[in-house]
Amino acid sequence: MPTLSADPYLKRDDPTGYAGVDRATKERLINEVFEDPRFPHYLYGCYECGICVAACPSARFYDFSPRRIAQAAARRDVELLFQQMEEDIWECSQCFSCLRCPRGNNPGGIVTIMREVAVREGLASAKEALAGYSRIIYKIMSTGTQVSPDMLQPDAFPDWGPEVKDVSVNLDLWRRMLPPETLHTTTTGWQVADRTLVELYVIWLETGALDMIAQVDKGIHMILAELMEERLEEEGIEV
Amino acid sequence: MTTSAVNVILSKKERFVREPDQRSEDFHHHLFELEAAGELVVQRVSGEVVEVPTKYGIPKRIQKGHLWHHKSCGQCGHIPGYSTSIFWIMRKLGYDYLDPEDQTSCTAWNYYASATSNQAAQAAVAVRNFAAAYQTGYFPLIHCGTSYGHYKEVRSELLHDAALRAQVRKVMEKLGKPLVLPEEIVHYSEWLYAVRDEIAARAVRDVSNIAVTVHPACHYYKLVEGDAIYDPDVYHGQRTAAVSGLVQALGADLRSYSTFFDCCGFGFRHILVQRDFTRSFSTLRKIEVMREEADPDVVLTHDTGCVTALDKSQFAAQAHERNVGVPVMSEAQFAALAMGAHPFKVCQLHWHSTNYRPLLEKMGIDWRQAWAEFEEDAKRLQDGRQQFLTWADVDA
Repeated sequence: MPTLSADPYLKRDDPTGYAGVDRATKERLINEVFEDPRFPHYLYGCYECGICVAACPSARFYDFSPRRIAQAAARRDVELLFQQMEEDIWECSQCFSCLRCPRGNNPGGIVTIMREVAVREGLASAKEALAGYSRIIYKIMSTGTQVSPDMLQPDAFPDWGPEVKDVSVNLDLWRRMLPPETLHTTTTGWQVADRTLVELYVIWLETGALDMIAQVDKGIHMILAELMEERLEEEGIEV
Repeated sequence: MTTSAVNVILSKKERFVREPDQRSEDFHHHLFELEAAGELVVQRVSGEVVEVPTKYGIPKRIQKGHLWHHKSCGQCGHIPGYSTSIFWIMRKLGYDYLDPEDQTSCTAWNYYASATSNQAAQAAVAVRNFAAAYQTGYFPLIHCGTSYGHYKEVRSELLHDAALRAQVRKVMEKLGKPLVLPEEIVHYSEWLYAVRDEIAARAVRDVSNIAVTVHPACHYYKLVEGDAIYDPDVYHGQRTAAVSGLVQALGADLRSYSTFFDCCGFGFRHILVQRDFTRSFSTLRKIEVMREEADPDVVLTHDTGCVTALDKSQFAAQAHERNVGVPVMSEAQFAALAMGAHPFKVCQLHWHSTNYRPLLEKMGIDWRQAWAEFEEDAKRLQDGRQQFLTWADVDA
């Protein structure tokens, strides 16, 4: 096998501090990325022009580069891709400014797929990146809306200024003062019909989305699974 | 020395087979073909329609009335004046609409933040909402830029991937709903663009002295970019005309700045659990650049995340004496103000962080009087004389 000194363009088997993870595991994970039906439409090669990096907000504040993501994927560099799945992908802002790529690549889309694999396989990076995020997962999956008015608490958003406290103190009153009737809610963004929620639960269960949660937060998964299964049982729906 | 690596790269270049470019394709052809084959149902644009120009010249048809409002989590949750202003303008212009409870979030904020979902689930959520709209006969109008961009991704995937269609169809059958896609996926800012002259005709406040910078939302014009509105009369057709077209129609002083293409720093995950990044990017790359180059009275944008990131990030930066302090709102709120909407009962500016009062004063709005009116209404509710404020109260 060529050594690094003989060929500096080739990576060592353990260049990234993940020697404990065997090559077969890394290949399996990276193959999941390559086999995603979206992947062929996200990567067409790379001019190495750097336009994606220039447009990338995360590249300005992190050691992150959409070009490296595209290049590692184009070279099928399993070691580097695995390292990126453990260290880089959660820094991406998912703004898709990198779609400015003149080749038509979508590095942000590749990151989305890599993140999905990281979550599905319970990689350490996914658990770390989503620590403290579980309440959002619970909110969106159980209520069908992501950020509710009652999440605006001064201790959670001290950097958003004193208005957060004003909102929090007056929440119930101010929500009742909104003219659209669907917005008279405090625990959801708007009033979601009960039947609509049941349909959403069917989607989470039928598509395996709920199962993915178990890999990053077993507790939240258990609560969500119980909630959804109970509700569907009441409706007589089998999934 | 580098022969093997070079060969690996060259071998990939030897026979590169590329599928047709999906960025600039006219998706309508696939859509109607699949409809004819009975694979899906297309909800057609109907009634009064405005045709608008898009990036690659494919005309887009915007239905003016009878619209199903696909609301936004973040707008409804913490910028409620955003949604309320959209409804208010539609009411003032006399177009009927439906504000449904049979609607879930597109769930894309969570997806781009955490990836705790998958392609089939995201497509099924989208199609369930489209089917809900279809069943009412009202045509969907998408409030959130991320929902809009994500739904266009989903549309593209469904049109090109038979296996995904089959998977989603199976889920829909379980729900007793058809696999529906609308003829056009329309963002509310496109609707505002389509009716901008009607809005301008109803403006009661002169905004010609108001300097405006626009932040175009990434998920509006970067994701599946082909059907974003580009107008040769707005920035010479070189930038999206959404928002800027309306600002021009209202006669405000539209000012450019060099980092217009940069995102707002929202980051989806970052805004919730890693806001140091969001604050830094929003203030250093956007607000400060706007201040230095354009000195705006207000920043207008057209997405939930952008209003949030650009507005909320300025408080901490002010503590560090950075060159910030520009109010941020959606163009819907600004247009509503120009049309005479109440700054608190309709535009709900008290939910915003950066000081908007100097802007209101410059627009000729007595914000002290307006706040007193708001508090008077609040007292009625607190006293139990009234449970909710209604549109009738707002229009009084």
